[in-house]
Amino acid sequence: MSAVALTRRRPAARSGALALGISTLWLSVIVLLPLAAVVVRSLDGGVGDFWDAVSSRQAVDALRFTVLVSLATAAIDAVTGTLLAWVLVRDRFPGKRIVNALIDLPFALPTIVAGLTLLALYGPTSPLGIDIAFTQGAVLLALLFVTQPFVVRSVQPVLIEVDREMEEAAISLGASNRTVFLRIILPNLLPAILSGAGLAFARAVGEFGSVVLISGNVPFDTQVSSVYIFKLIESDAPISAAAVSVVLLLVSVLVLAGIRLLGRWGARHDR
Amino acid sequence: MIAARGITKQFGDFVALDDVTIEIPDGSLTALLGPSGSGKSTLLRIIAGLETPDRGVVEIHGRDQTHVPPQRREIGFVFQHYAAFKHMTVRDNVAFGLKIRKQPKARIDARVNELLEIVGLAGHQKRYPNQLSGGQRQRMALARALAVEPRVLLLDEPFGALDAKVRADLREWLRRLHDEVHVTTILVTHDQEEAMSIADRIAVMDHGRIEQVGHPRELYDRPANRFVMGFLGPVSEIGGRLVRPHDIVIELEPSPGAHEAQITRIVHLGFEVRVELALARRDGVFAQLTRDEAQQLEVSEGDIVWLRATNALVEAPDPA
Repeated sequence: MSAVALTRRRPAARSGALALGISTLWLSVIVLLPLAAVVVRSLDGGVGDFWDAVSSRQAVDALRFTVLVSLATAAIDAVTGTLLAWVLVRDRFPGKRIVNALIDLPFALPTIVAGLTLLALYGPTSPLGIDIAFTQGAVLLALLFVTQPFVVRSVQPVLIEVDREMEEAAISLGASNRTVFLRIILPNLLPAILSGAGLAFARAVGEFGSVVLISGNVPFDTQVSSVYIFKLIESDAPISAAAVSVVLLLVSVLVLAGIRLLGRWGARHDR
Repeated sequence: MIAARGITKQFGDFVALDDVTIEIPDGSLTALLGPSGSGKSTLLRIIAGLETPDRGVVEIHGRDQTHVPPQRREIGFVFQHYAAFKHMTVRDNVAFGLKIRKQPKARIDARVNELLEIVGLAGHQKRYPNQLSGGQRQRMALARALAVEPRVLLLDEPFGALDAKVRADLREWLRRLHDEVHVTTILVTHDQEEAMSIADRIAVMDHGRIEQVGHPRELYDRPANRFVMGFLGPVSEIGGRLVRPHDIVIELEPSPGAHEAQITRIVHLGFEVRVELALARRDGVFAQLTRDEAQQLEVSEGDIVWLRATNALVEAPDPA
């Protein structure tokens, strides 16, 4: 039930010109101007330099790894987030409210602290005897940690609203619990799962703090684009940094648009 | 026959059903009628298997179904708020139960077409529930429930969410459908007019108990107690006896057994004229007359008249 779908169906009262103006100004100053500045900056050295910066092997590898690990993060979040939301909505257990409150904590923790903690837990000096530091798996782990709340929080309210009578109707028609979940509940959750996964993906693509330490920043292996961009800035190549950023943004926009389309397709008959 | 015997169900401290026994004959349309909280919906859900009784037995066609899961009871259930699968087309909604039973596609198609024809939604196969009106959604839900050829059709306040006009139409339609399809049907409703107009049998429920079961007319004419009488229609109390307002005769002269009263108000409701009266020491009584009767009587507000009950149904237990 996206806001877009709602306004399409019944045109809301016109927001005043003032509200529209403030919104436009705000978005311009906070979002559009900086994004435009990055694009302009990336072309400071001309199209040739732009292409050189984004087609270098290190840039391409970092970009590929970033997108793939972010997609993996989003996919895993979709499954585990739905499961967590399910447990929080449908199950009764002691301490449920506390668990519910804990869900958001990864957002509150500074990501660099998350990275440090993960390194201490799963690094060379791991008290658990698990050393996965400086591997691609470690990057995935860090991204899963910081993106964990997205799907939970998008699915939870939708799951609460799912019509229980719809499930009972399916049961009375002979549907097993499995069938009820796959054919009745899941299709109704899909838009929420996709939108949560989309947010998780976007966050993972740009994530820096939690991965900078644990990735070890090994070029052609564990180096993600955000850290690569940081290195470029450190080595006094801000135009190249901007160029790589622009490509990263483009890829994200494309993936998010794809996810949104999927979600809209899934919600096409939502009331 | 569908039978529920000795059913007891508690939700916390609340006793929803208290040792309820009822038998539903095959092919009948039985209404469970009662105010909210009387346990009628709980009884229906227990018969469906959506709720488990604390004690008691549910039988369908002579076989104990108490511990059979709802999936295998071969029932059709229709909910007040339609419970439409909103992510599926009308066609897929109706076909759902058949697809689960892995019926061949050709048979599913034929059956779905037939049912959509019966419920008058033949032209709406590709629509989604949100493109249908409430009445259409409920007819789709009925087709969906009937598709699996249930042994019993259970309707939980099926017209409760619809407006009055649609409700009356669907009521008529359901009665005709039942005469055609003949599936044993149990209808839960709090609307006595609905129950009276379509059911063969009515079970009146209150506080988790069945007060009386019978043919609508039998219940109206010979209510077992004050509650049943009051739930099925208006009641006036004269001289410690309960009567229907249309069974009150207004006389202008005193006679033995007649009760003196003063007319407080005369309300003309078209065909019916409602005469509101104050009895000595007691008020809140009214009589129903036809327009012609009222004209012949030539009384007006403030007049003293004498009331006689032609057909007292229940002795009022305590004339407090």
